[in-house]
This record gives sequence, structure tokens and C-alpha cells, in this order.
Amino acid sequence: MKQRWLIVILAATILIVFETRPVYAMHIMEGFLPPLWALFWFAVTIPFWIIGFRQIQRIVREKPEVRLLLGFAAAFTFVLSALKLPSVTGSSSHPTGVGLGAVLFGPWVMSVLGSIVLLFQALLIAHGGLTTLGANAFSMAVVGPFVAWFIWRSMAARAPFWLTVFLAAALADLATYVVTSLQLALAHPDPVGGVVASFVKFGTIFAVTQIPLAISEGVLTVLVLNALQTNAAAELQALEVKGVRL
Amino acid sequence: MNAKPLRWPVILVLWLVVIGLTIAPIVFIGNSEFGGADTAAEAAISEIAPDYEPWFAPLFEPPGSEIESLLFALQAGLGAGVIGYFFGWQHGRRHQRDR
Repeated sequence: MKQRWLIVILAATILIVFETRPVYAMHIMEGFLPPLWALFWFAVTIPFWIIGFRQIQRIVREKPEVRLLLGFAAAFTFVLSALKLPSVTGSSSHPTGVGLGAVLFGPWVMSVLGSIVLLFQALLIAHGGLTTLGANAFSMAVVGPFVAWFIWRSMAARAPFWLTVFLAAALADLATYVVTSLQLALAHPDPVGGVVASFVKFGTIFAVTQIPLAISEGVLTVLVLNALQTNAAAELQALEVKGVRL
Repeated sequence: MNAKPLRWPVILVLWLVVIGLTIAPIVFIGNSEFGGADTAAEAAISEIAPDYEPWFAPLFEPPGSEIESLLFALQAGLGAGVIGYFFGWQHGRRHQRDR
């Protein structure tokens, strides 16, 4: 596994020698999805928001002691989304931070928390957009958390704690941007090669941009969850975070 | 399943990995400004779909990169404040319980 990452990073370094074109690697900008696609992604995402809201209400009602931890998970996404980090392709992108919350609270809750962050950025920083909020929320706040949660649930009993957490957070980060390129490719198919060519164009280069950031986010999430284990054991127990034996 | 807390040398190494991954591109990749991709994206899309016109503009756009970085710093600062408060609160509670 480690060797494979090494090869990918080496390949990326070689790639930038030939390929220094700046690359799309963040949320879809305001107005850059045609109205029908914008509506479509809202329609797909809204059910996740509804279920997420209900779950948050229930958590706050039944386990008031974890409210602060809920704020913590939101704050983690908030901070990481603000940090635009340099990458091997010579452009910058930012991690998402949704993996941690998905492991703690499940993916539905994160679909709300992640979307709040996106809304803040769309309204105040002109990063992402209101019309593209549905699409951006789907990639970062739905697919990301579900990828993290799925890896966490399926690996927690079989693999070491740190590896599971690392993979959950790193792959959630990566998946977010794969979905973003897919969304862009669907809305803007290549005139010659169609959606596939467009997806390859957005996806290949830009997966490379995100790989080192995904690794960083994975390691950081391991560190944070480790700190939570010592500092917030009671809350983790109340949430019955699977795999964390206390 | 082994979920023992990590030892401090491991924690130190992991932090160094995160910091190293961030610094390495800046050190090893010359002649790049690490542009935020938002602007570059417009070029990428106009390459594929030259006729596409964005049909909606942001309601508010920071007037210049200084103000934008102010807002990003504010976002990170607010989040970091909450995280700091959380760990401080937990630490205090544990301390009180131990006494």
C-alpha cells in the first residue's frame, strides 16, 4: 500500500514537469452549472439534509452531552475548508474535514454540517456558489461522509484503528473531488469525447492535486481522533463510536 | 481491535508528515504561484465549452484578495477557537474529576 502511494506521488512529480497548467480543484463556482443540473443536484441532496436535520435534533435531545462534540466536528470542517494547501501540481486546493464527523456522528449529520460550511463560503467568500450549492453539498457533504462512514464500518473490526481512520478520512476527501469532476463533466461534456473525455480531463490531473492533501487530512484525522480518545472518552462512549474501545 | 492512544513519538512523526506534505510542494516546485483553482477553472471550462456563459453571479464578492484572505482567516480562526475551547473544556473537566 505504502509503495503504491509512493509510485503515485513519484508519478505526480514527473507529471508536473510536463504538465504545469493550472487545474480546477475546488468547489464548482457560482453559475458554472446550467440551471437544470443545478436543480438536479439540489433535488438529490435535499433528502439528505432533511434526514440529517432530524438526526441532529434527536442527538441533541437524547444525548445533550455530545452537543459540544457536534460543534467540534463542525469546527473541524470549518477550519480545514479554509486552509488552501499547495499541492504537487503547482496549484492549491483544500481538504474537506468531513471524515472525522462522519466517523463520530454518521454521514447524515455531516451532510448538514458540511453544507453549512459551503453556505458560509458561498455567501461571504464567493467560493463555490448558491446555485451550485446542491452539487457541491452532494460531493463534499454527502458522498465524502458516506465514503468515510462505509470504510469505517466495514474495516473497523478488521484493521488497526489508525489505518481505518486514515483511509476513511483520506478517501472521503479524494472522493469529494472525484465527484466534483464528474459533476462538471456531466454538465460540460467534451465536444469530441463526450462526458468520459471531459471526466478524464478534469479527473486525472486533479485527483493528483488532491492526493497529497488527502494524505494530510487522513493523518490529521488520526491525530485528532487520538486526542479525542484521551480527552473526550465519555462523549465517544455516548455516541457508541464503533471500534473505539475505551 | 487495538485502540490504544498513540505514543508521543508517533504523534510527533505524524505531525511532521502533515507539515512536510504541505511544505514539500513549495520547496520543490519552483515557478508556480499555487493559484487557487477557482480562477483557473474558468479557463478549463471555456476550453471544453467555449460558448458557456455563467448565468448567475455571486451576490457578494470580496473586493480584492486582501479582504478575501481576511475572510478565510476569519473562517479558520473561528473554527480553531471552537476546537481550542473544546479541548480546554475537556481538559478542565478531567482535571477536576481527577482531584
